[in-house]
Amino acid sequence: MLRISLDKIDELFEAVNSQQALYIPTDRKDGAAEYKKYESGMKMSDKLNTVRSAKDFFFPQTENLVEFKMEGKKIEVKDIREESEDFVIFGVRACDARSFTILDKVYLVEPVDSFYKNRRDHGTVVTMACTRPSETCFCQTFGIDPTAPEGDAACWSDGSFLYFKANTDKGQKFIDSISSLLEDGDTAELDKAIEKTKTIMSKLPLANLSTENFGGDKLNEYFNSDKWGELSESCLGCGTCTFVCPTCQCYDIKDFNTGDGIKRFRCWDSCMYSDFTKMAHGNPRLTQLERFRQRFMHKLVYFPKNNEGEFGCVGCGRCLSKCPISMNIVKVMKALEVK
Amino acid sequence: MNSNDTLIPYIGVVTDIRIDTPDVKTFRVEAPEGGKVFEHMPGQCAMLSIPGVGEAMFSITSSPTNKEFMEFSIKKCGCLTNWLHAMDVGQMITIRGPYGNAFPVETELKGKDLLFIAGGIGLAPLRSVINYVRDNRDNYGDVQIVYGSRSKDDLVDYKEILDEWMSDKGIDVNLTIDNPQEGWDGHVGFVPNYVKELNPSTSKTVLVCGPPIMIKFTLAGLKELGFTETQVYTTMELRMKCGVGKCGRCNIGNKYVCKDGPVFRFDQLDELPDEY
Repeated sequence: MLRISLDKIDELFEAVNSQQALYIPTDRKDGAAEYKKYESGMKMSDKLNTVRSAKDFFFPQTENLVEFKMEGKKIEVKDIREESEDFVIFGVRACDARSFTILDKVYLVEPVDSFYKNRRDHGTVVTMACTRPSETCFCQTFGIDPTAPEGDAACWSDGSFLYFKANTDKGQKFIDSISSLLEDGDTAELDKAIEKTKTIMSKLPLANLSTENFGGDKLNEYFNSDKWGELSESCLGCGTCTFVCPTCQCYDIKDFNTGDGIKRFRCWDSCMYSDFTKMAHGNPRLTQLERFRQRFMHKLVYFPKNNEGEFGCVGCGRCLSKCPISMNIVKVMKALEVK
Repeated sequence: MNSNDTLIPYIGVVTDIRIDTPDVKTFRVEAPEGGKVFEHMPGQCAMLSIPGVGEAMFSITSSPTNKEFMEFSIKKCGCLTNWLHAMDVGQMITIRGPYGNAFPVETELKGKDLLFIAGGIGLAPLRSVINYVRDNRDNYGDVQIVYGSRSKDDLVDYKEILDEWMSDKGIDVNLTIDNPQEGWDGHVGFVPNYVKELNPSTSKTVLVCGPPIMIKFTLAGLKELGFTETQVYTTMELRMKCGVGKCGRCNIGNKYVCKDGPVFRFDQLDELPDEY
C-alpha cells in the first residue's frame, strides 16, 4: 500500500498546497480543532474531530447568492457566481465524509443547487481513519466504518506512516499528484492498529445503539408520541445542535443593503428557532416542543422516508458534547422507540 | 458558471394594478420585453421579491391560458405585501418559479363536474383553475362556485365574477357574505353552512381554498353530505424561502409544501401529521 513516513508530512502538505488550496484540521490557541487554510509550518491536529463540522466547505454558513442594483422603479439582477478554485480538504473523519453524501441528496437533486455543486465539483475530500473513537461516537449506528472512511481518497495512520487509498477518480488524481513522495510498504503494523481501533469501537458506550425501529414507517406514531413533551421540556432553542451538525442543511435567505445596492445572502438557519416557520398569519410550530420534534423527526423519520432509508445523522457526537442542557439525538432515540 | 440557478430570479414589470378590496390588490406582471416571464399550470406559485424588502411565495391567480401576462392577487398583511401595495405601475420586481405541483386539470379533474369553494383571498389560487376550465370548457362537466367573504367589499375579483363568470352558461355562481349589508340582496352566512344548504351532488369533485377554519368546517360539512376525502382538493401555504424543497421549513411530515404541494387531496393530507 502506498505510504509516506509521518516525519515527511510537512513535505506532503507543501506539495499539495503548491498545486491547489489545502485545508487541514489544526489546533486553535484554545486547544479546539478547526479547519484552516494550510500555511507552511502548520501542524495537523491530532484531535478526534473539529468543533465545527466540515460542511462549511460545500455549504458555507453565509454566502452571497446574487446582487441587485436598484434605481427608481428599475431593478438589475447581477449573477455574481464564479467558478470555484480546486481545493483539498485533508483529514476529514468518516462521519463528516458521510455527511457530504447526505447533503448531496438535498442539494444535488433537481433542481441542482449550483452554488453547492460548484464547490463539490472542485473539492477533493481526503479522509483520515479514526484511531481513538470517543464515548460520544456512534457512527457505527448508521453503518459508517471509521476505520474505512469514504471520501475521494482515504488515509490511515499506524503511528509511523500514513497509508493512502483512492475511492474515486478524483481521489486517484490526488494520489497521483503526490506519488513522488509515496512509497510502497507493507501494512502489517497498520492492520494491527486497525484491529486495536475496532476493539475500542466494540467497547464504546453507544456501540449497540440501533436504528432498527426508526425510518419512514410509523411516521404518525412517532409524531404523536407522548415522549416529546418530556424530551423537549428543557430545550433552550439555542440552535447549537443545528449549527455543529454536519447534516443540518436548512437555510434562510436575507437581503442586505450595502448602500450601493442589495446583496442577497444565504445563511444557515435552524428549525429550533421560533421565527423559522413564522408567517404573517401565524406559526404552525408555535412551541419549542414542535420545533424540537421537527428536528428529530426530520433526521430519524422524514429523511429516511424520502431517501431509501438513509438517516439524516452520521453519529459524529458533536451535539452530544455541545448541547448546554445535555439533550441529544441518542437520548431521543432511546426514549422514543415505538414498537 | 453558465447554468441557471432557481435562486437567481428574473425581472418582472408590474403593468397594471387593480384594487379589489380594501386590503387586496391584483398585480399584472410581465417580462421587461413583454409577455409572460415563464409558463405555469393552475395552482402553481411564484416567488416575488423586492430586493432589500423581502421575498415570499404567492399563487399565480391568472390562468395559463392567458398568454400575455401573469396576475397575482395579494392581501396586505406583512412587510413585503405592504410594500407591494404601495407600488405604482411600472415598478420592477423579481420573480422566480413556477414552483410546486398544480391542480390535476389535465388528469383527475378532466371530464368531472367541479365544485369550487373559496373564502376571502382563498379565491386567488382557484381563479387560475376556474378560468382555465372556462377556456377549455369542453373538457369539464358542470361548474359550481361557492364564494364567500366578510362583506361585499371583500369579494376579490367581484367585477370579473359579475361580468364574466355569472354570464357563462353551465357555471353556477353562489356568493355569500358573513353579515347582512346594505346594498346586498344575496346570501348571508358562512361558507361551510352555505355549502350544506346548497346540497351539491356528491358526484362532484371539489376544490377548496380559504382560511384554515373555513376549510376545516367545509370539509366536515362535505363529509356529512356524503363526499369522501379522495374527492376534495385544497392548496396549502406555509413559510418558504427556497421553493424547491431544500431550505427545510415548509414541510408537513416528509412532504414539502413548495415541492410536493401546494395542492393536496385530503386523503393525502390525512396521512400526514397534523402540523399546519
